[in-house]
Amino acid sequence: MHIMEGYLPPMWCAIWFIISAVVVIYGIMQIKKYTAENDDAMPLLALSGAFMFILSSLKMPSVSGSCSHPCGNGLGTAFFGPAVTAVLSVIVLLFQAILLAHGGLTTLGANIFSMGIMGPVCGYIVWVALRKANISASISMFFTAFVADLMTYITTSVELALAFPGADMGATFATFFGIFAITQIPLAIAEGLLSTVIYNYIENARPDILVKLGVISEQEAGAN
Amino acid sequence: MDMKNIVLLAIVAILIIAPLVMYNGHGEDDGFFGGSDDAGGEAIEENNPDYEIWAASPWEPPSGEIESLLFALQAAIGAIIIGYIFGYWHGGKKVNKNE
Repeated sequence: MHIMEGYLPPMWCAIWFIISAVVVIYGIMQIKKYTAENDDAMPLLALSGAFMFILSSLKMPSVSGSCSHPCGNGLGTAFFGPAVTAVLSVIVLLFQAILLAHGGLTTLGANIFSMGIMGPVCGYIVWVALRKANISASISMFFTAFVADLMTYITTSVELALAFPGADMGATFATFFGIFAITQIPLAIAEGLLSTVIYNYIENARPDILVKLGVISEQEAGAN
Repeated sequence: MDMKNIVLLAIVAILIIAPLVMYNGHGEDDGFFGGSDDAGGEAIEENNPDYEIWAASPWEPPSGEIESLLFALQAAIGAIIIGYIFGYWHGGKKVNKNE
């Protein structure tokens, strides 16, 4: 999902940068609120960020024959919502842009938008809908992470199709979709499973934090 | 609980191993296991020959070795933090029980 340095026209860099900056600033305000209200939010936040760090460093092979990496953005989304996840994605994307020449500083806004905003927003919608339907947090986590991961890559395809529409924007989108999203399907499943596993461990270790954050209800915490 | 997680991790392992088995014998030389990010960049270059890449990374890892070093560093930083926090929670629980 990393759009490489210089591979997006300046206008689009600016547009994505502005949109992302607004969300990231809102996310920073939310983090302040979370950590002021609840001492236990900080470790969970760090854990969500660290999970993103690990997952986005793992380039995995896919059945499409090319390699890609998961995003790890579903976990933070379920706990703190999309805006906070956008802030976490900035840390990961900056690390990769500066040290790994993976992604870039000019394309940072676009990459934050896909991995930190659009993916998490879609994941969050899934999370809220499944939780409303009384689906267990564990299973909801799988679908949240799956959708957040896949939508991240679909968003990248949209960003590139918008910037390079060519003769037929639909066909261009299909090209990028084929490169990014098809490869990503099995990896999104893997990400969903990994997010569920770490979620299970968190719920097992500190259900009280999740109750305080409103991730699970007290009855659910008691059931463990 | 532990059994469930082990099964989930086993499925992840299968998902990752499957492509390696399916395309066994192929490699980067015949177009397999390349990165989708690079493929995206190539698609832009192919379809927009007039597009000028107007910015370059300030620094690039000089070789694949250095790149893998930095990727491993990234994963290690994440893993240390996660391990620390689970240990912190676990230790906190024990102290609470003993009091």
